[in-house]
Amino acid sequence: MTYILVLEQILNGLQFGIMLFLMAAGLTLVFGVMGLINLAHGSLYMVGAFAAAAVAGWTGSFLLALIASLAAAAAAGALMELVVIRRLYRRDHLDQVLATFALILIFSEGTRWLFGSFPLFLDVPSYLSGPVTLPGGIEYPLYRLAIILTGLAIAAGLFLLIARTRIGIQIRAGEADREMIAALGVDISKLYTLVFALGAALAGLAGALVGAIQSVQVGMGEPVLILAFVVIVIGGIGSIKGALAGALLVGMTDTLGGVFLPRLFTLFMEPASAASAGASLASMLIYILMAGVLLVRPSGLYGGSA
Amino acid sequence: MMVTRESLLNWAMIAALLLVPLAAWSLDEPFIITLATKAAILALAGVGLNIALGLGGLISLGHAAFFGIGGYAMGILAAHAQNYEPLFEWPFLFEGSNQMPLIWLTAVVFSALAALVIGALSLRTSGVYFIMITLAFGQMLYYFAISWSAYGGEDGLSIWVRNEFPGLNTLDPIQFFAIAYVILCGALFFAARLARSPFGLALAAARQNEDRVEAVGLTPFTLRLTAFVISGAITGLAGALFADLNRFVSPTMLSWHTSGEIMIFVILGGVGRLYGPVAGAALYIVLEHLLGGISDYWQIFLGVLLLLIVLFARGGLIGAIAGREKAHG
Repeated sequence: MTYILVLEQILNGLQFGIMLFLMAAGLTLVFGVMGLINLAHGSLYMVGAFAAAAVAGWTGSFLLALIASLAAAAAAGALMELVVIRRLYRRDHLDQVLATFALILIFSEGTRWLFGSFPLFLDVPSYLSGPVTLPGGIEYPLYRLAIILTGLAIAAGLFLLIARTRIGIQIRAGEADREMIAALGVDISKLYTLVFALGAALAGLAGALVGAIQSVQVGMGEPVLILAFVVIVIGGIGSIKGALAGALLVGMTDTLGGVFLPRLFTLFMEPASAASAGASLASMLIYILMAGVLLVRPSGLYGGSA
Repeated sequence: MMVTRESLLNWAMIAALLLVPLAAWSLDEPFIITLATKAAILALAGVGLNIALGLGGLISLGHAAFFGIGGYAMGILAAHAQNYEPLFEWPFLFEGSNQMPLIWLTAVVFSALAALVIGALSLRTSGVYFIMITLAFGQMLYYFAISWSAYGGEDGLSIWVRNEFPGLNTLDPIQFFAIAYVILCGALFFAARLARSPFGLALAAARQNEDRVEAVGLTPFTLRLTAFVISGAITGLAGALFADLNRFVSPTMLSWHTSGEIMIFVILGGVGRLYGPVAGAALYIVLEHLLGGISDYWQIFLGVLLLLIVLFARGGLIGAIAGREKAHG
């Protein structure tokens, strides 16, 4: 085991963590600002990936595909908010869980109806394919590196948006006291639609970016959704900073655990059973991490009161 | 006992669930008996969840964990009985079994233990954290089952012959239905008694006003944990029966879709209503069968229906027919 392998896996973990952050940021914003738990967030990820795959298929342009993913997911998110979600803000979490679960069924089966059950493939564009040599002699796929950099830029943009802009101030004010900002003349229902669409666009972009690494298929959003939940539970619901910390923690734990736990187990077990025991434990590792964090801090790393 | 529209409806439902398979039996339609058996078993899982959800107000999105543990209890014991390999020989010999009562006991014990651990950790939190944590624990077991290659991993475990119950031929659909039906009725009776017991009243009170319950000297945490364990155990029993019905258990039983579906049974019928899961599971099975015959994409219709119920008909099916009476009892 060389240091190059370790560094490569750390980069993979970083890339995975950043994808998770794009998912978790929208989820946690929507929860923080509107108090809404949205299980259908994974469907928006799927919508983004399918839109990107379809547009890339028609035009052959990866850039257009990314723009399509943002637009389609934002539009689907805004539509979802206008038709269903806004009736749920004042309801209890159970109603929100069920209604958004129903939305998952509608989105998944609707996509299956439109695109069929077979996975689509979104190719990495030629200018981003192939490896790149990083300082220190590490060969790393250029596309994954581009995801890391894009994700970091978006994260920075999101922090600026929330910390510095008028919209950001309104979003933060909405988190603190929605009656008050409504009284100050902010059109709160428009703000909610906007925040929801923003979260949706981030999820859609994540779907499109990952779609070029994995395949694009119905149901692809669900495992990611659950990981995004783990992320925001670890980070503290409603906190963007927590989402970033949680996403990186989960991305690293999952990636490094998956690679190194089986190897670690070979130190004191026979290879065959070490591989299987290591893999089982690795697949549970992030949930163990989450349970551990919650034992110490029941409302997450950056959470207020639960 | 007061005869209300709801209690009449409840009797009608539980009678229909018995009469439909009996009629199918006399007409020699084993498929309908199997559908009814499936409805009874899924209703049982819902009765389990409803104790946590309806009575305790605990929105668990991880009940598939207990359903799946029940399923794997059946799968593992039966697989070992099938191969004549003991589960373990040390510290004492423990062999597989194809006897339903023993399998049920194992399913109940292990799902209750899992509920104790998951509940003790999850109940430290509340609200949306609780939903997500139960979801995550369910996923934890799901991924564990997928990578647990000794028991089929992703492919699951098939059992060639249905397990045995003394004095019955469980391969006969109507006799297996009878087992599921009797257990469902037993669980309904138990849930009704539980809701009216001092424990059930305290639990319902903790749902409505935590501070007052604490003020009279009860501990909401203990009440909820007890309810969660009972709830998990009943759902685990349903899981063992469900696996036996299909003679197959796979990680799908543990997936969060299953948790969502069990919750749908409860909500379709009417949350917090004792017979809600019965109505919900029956409606779900009928819809699956009818809509599935019309379109491959029937889950779109299910989704729309569910959405309409959540948005506009909050009492569920029973609520729509019997009106908004005070529930669970």
